[in-house]
Amino acid sequence: MKKTGRILAAVLAVVLALGTLAGCSQKSAQQSSLETIKKNGKIKVGVFSDKPPFGYVDAQGKNQGFDVYIAKRFAKDLLGDESKVEFVLVEAASRVEYLQSGKVDLIMANFTVTDERKEKVDFANPYMKVALGIVSPDGSQITDVSQLKGKKLIVNKGTTAETYFTKNYPDIELLKYDQNTEAFQALKDGRGAALAHDNTLLFAWARENSGYTVGVSSLGEQDTIAPAVKKGDKELLDWVNNELTALEKEKFIHEAYDAALKPAYGDSVSADDVVIEGGKIQ
Amino acid sequence: MDSSGISVVFEGFNLLRLLNGLLVTARIALISVFISGVLGIVLGIVMTSKWKAVRSVCRIYLEAVRIIPILVWLFIFYFTLNLELGGELVSIIVFSLWGTAEMGDIVRGAVESLPKHQKESGAALGLTYVQIYQYIIIPQTVRRLLPAAINLATRMIKTTSLVVLIGVVEVLKVGQQIIERSILEVPTASFWIYGFIFLLYFAICYPVSLLSKRLERKWQS
Repeated sequence: MKKTGRILAAVLAVVLALGTLAGCSQKSAQQSSLETIKKNGKIKVGVFSDKPPFGYVDAQGKNQGFDVYIAKRFAKDLLGDESKVEFVLVEAASRVEYLQSGKVDLIMANFTVTDERKEKVDFANPYMKVALGIVSPDGSQITDVSQLKGKKLIVNKGTTAETYFTKNYPDIELLKYDQNTEAFQALKDGRGAALAHDNTLLFAWARENSGYTVGVSSLGEQDTIAPAVKKGDKELLDWVNNELTALEKEKFIHEAYDAALKPAYGDSVSADDVVIEGGKIQ
Repeated sequence: MDSSGISVVFEGFNLLRLLNGLLVTARIALISVFISGVLGIVLGIVMTSKWKAVRSVCRIYLEAVRIIPILVWLFIFYFTLNLELGGELVSIIVFSLWGTAEMGDIVRGAVESLPKHQKESGAALGLTYVQIYQYIIIPQTVRRLLPAAINLATRMIKTTSLVVLIGVVEVLKVGQQIIERSILEVPTASFWIYGFIFLLYFAICYPVSLLSKRLERKWQS
């Protein structure tokens, strides 16, 4: 009767040992170069699924938005057909990991260029610029960061807003959420005095939600948004940069703006305040 | 434009997408709950082993799963190990590892709560080790651990909402996609979609509770 216990123990030991072994056998870095993409006949692009107007899924279940519009064009120019892009739906908090583990070739999920992220991924030239903004209810509008002392500010985990406030205003209490949906709902429920996010997103949101105004429209440094590739994937990086330069001639990013962003921003924002053509800031 | 919020649920393929999301949630949750139930009973019995080394190994496994958040485990398995498995399979593996550990501890508690003479009487009757467990220990244990096990199962079902972070689009994420997409036109979208998702979760969790109630009543006699 001791036997059974011993067998069970042995089985468990083996399972655990296998688990540990798997932990050690790190996969060698794949050459996720243009060759592989062309051979597979598709490029995997990480986009958002719930961040209109940049990346979202419509009622038909199709990916739409500014980032998606540009990604489709990349696929068309690289592989000859815009349907040869495979969209991987990513979350803000795990965008870097998707690239590092090679689950996507390219991230185009409203990815703001920061020094910290540059250590982990390689950014191509930007196609958009953005600054932080703060939106608050009309009744108790926040027009200056100093008004936030002793109040709660809503931010999204893993975004530039979170980093900015943690670093520069450690005494402001932050309410952190994983999802945009939750964050904006929290503002509506009055759980925080204001919400900080990319100003473009806030303009679009405030335009549709009466009673809320973007009291602080530009905060911190102006950031840029760019496609990102896995660290060291120079081939794809160069291709993206050349592609952006080539697209400048036909003002393609402006076309994408008109198609995807203008309906959301209306005339409250001018296209040249948002888009970057040819990967160069004028 | 139709401003009645409930229409958002039925617009385009939304309903189908929500139900597909529910299917993903149910598949991950139910498969892991089943695996956890079976392996958990085995682990629980192993945990009562008289060898200290075996107990320590089990303890380390249990504590590792308990102390490290499920989200971190999902990231470790999906991104760090980077196995060529889909996000859904990785979710099932991680949830099974978690469920097995928790279930193991529940089973251990239940087995240890049985009076020692139960085992000794069995041995005195000449039953083998396996027979003692098969006919005496496990039937009594299962009765005692039922409430805790059902609690664990429903907890696992609800925790599946984490898997979206490794790219698995389950029911809650579909809901958020629909809300974000429609909130500008239908401000009450979040109320209706979350309400509908509440019903969907209820539809999975309630039968589990019902089953437990029935089993408890049945075994009471």
